[in-house]
Amino acid sequence: MRRPVLLLLAAVLLLGSAKPGAMAPRFALPDLEGRTIDLAAYRGKVVLLDFWATWCAPCRAEIPRLIDLQTKYRNRGVQIIGISLDDDAGAVRDFQREFKMNYPVVIGDAALAKQYGGILGLPVLFVIGRDGRIVRRHDGELDLAKTRRELERLASESARPFTLHGGEGLPELPPAA
Amino acid sequence: MRVTPLLLAVLIPIAAVAADAPPTVQPAELASMLKSGEKPLMIQVGFRVLYTQAHIPGSEYIGPASKPEALQQLRHRLEPLPRTQAIVLYCGCCPWERCPNVNPAWEALHAMAFTNVKVLYIAHNFGKDWVDQGYPVATGEH
Repeated sequence: MRRPVLLLLAAVLLLGSAKPGAMAPRFALPDLEGRTIDLAAYRGKVVLLDFWATWCAPCRAEIPRLIDLQTKYRNRGVQIIGISLDDDAGAVRDFQREFKMNYPVVIGDAALAKQYGGILGLPVLFVIGRDGRIVRRHDGELDLAKTRRELERLASESARPFTLHGGEGLPELPPAA
Repeated sequence: MRVTPLLLAVLIPIAAVAADAPPTVQPAELASMLKSGEKPLMIQVGFRVLYTQAHIPGSEYIGPASKPEALQQLRHRLEPLPRTQAIVLYCGCCPWERCPNVNPAWEALHAMAFTNVKVLYIAHNFGKDWVDQGYPVATGEH
């Protein structure tokens, strides 16, 4: 009896509540150029949130595909944001330059990873709808065909009107660590 | 059975590669060892954010061994130890066949003449193959 309770407690502690249908946890972090990337500023866009690292083989393989997706869907209201889990920001800066990444990259940490339900393997991609809700979490290398189909559908949907009164407002930022 | 020189030419290199592959330990086997009180030195050669969220209790963080600085730290940490020390290396960043970290770590220890090193076989990632299985987990920096 005690073991299942402990396991449940551990799961609750380890994992946040970033499930499909839930609001994507808000964050505001500097990108590699020092500009603040606030997820709330992208409300109304379809966001692909990519947790990755420069040394991770499947992550490296999918970056050119994400760059292509950003190019193709930028004018249709799609924004990719990379969240690097590298220890060394310098390596990320070099990588971003070398691969000519055309979307912002911030450096993530364990607190953000926990908010997103635990990032216990790489890469992990979150698809976030125009209303700020999580549509899907994908663990592992990008499924390009599925993501394209999803982006076609989500990019075609118009944004629901956003109000601070009567509607669901912006989620609070978590307290600074 | 007649073995042709051509077949031998194919089989010998395969056997040589297999001999150099790291010996593995399955998650269930390691969990059982830990439960029985066996305590190999466990080293995580993945990324810090993963370690902070979840790691095997008692394991040490070294960093992604695909990077030279982490490999250097690994050699420095293990240099004073007897070469018979039982060591388990693990990562769990990515699926086993795509993990860039465990092989360089194992090769470094092999080159240092450690004789009792195993690599934890993580088929998918640490979350799925260790945490979700209910094996013991610690969080935080240490």
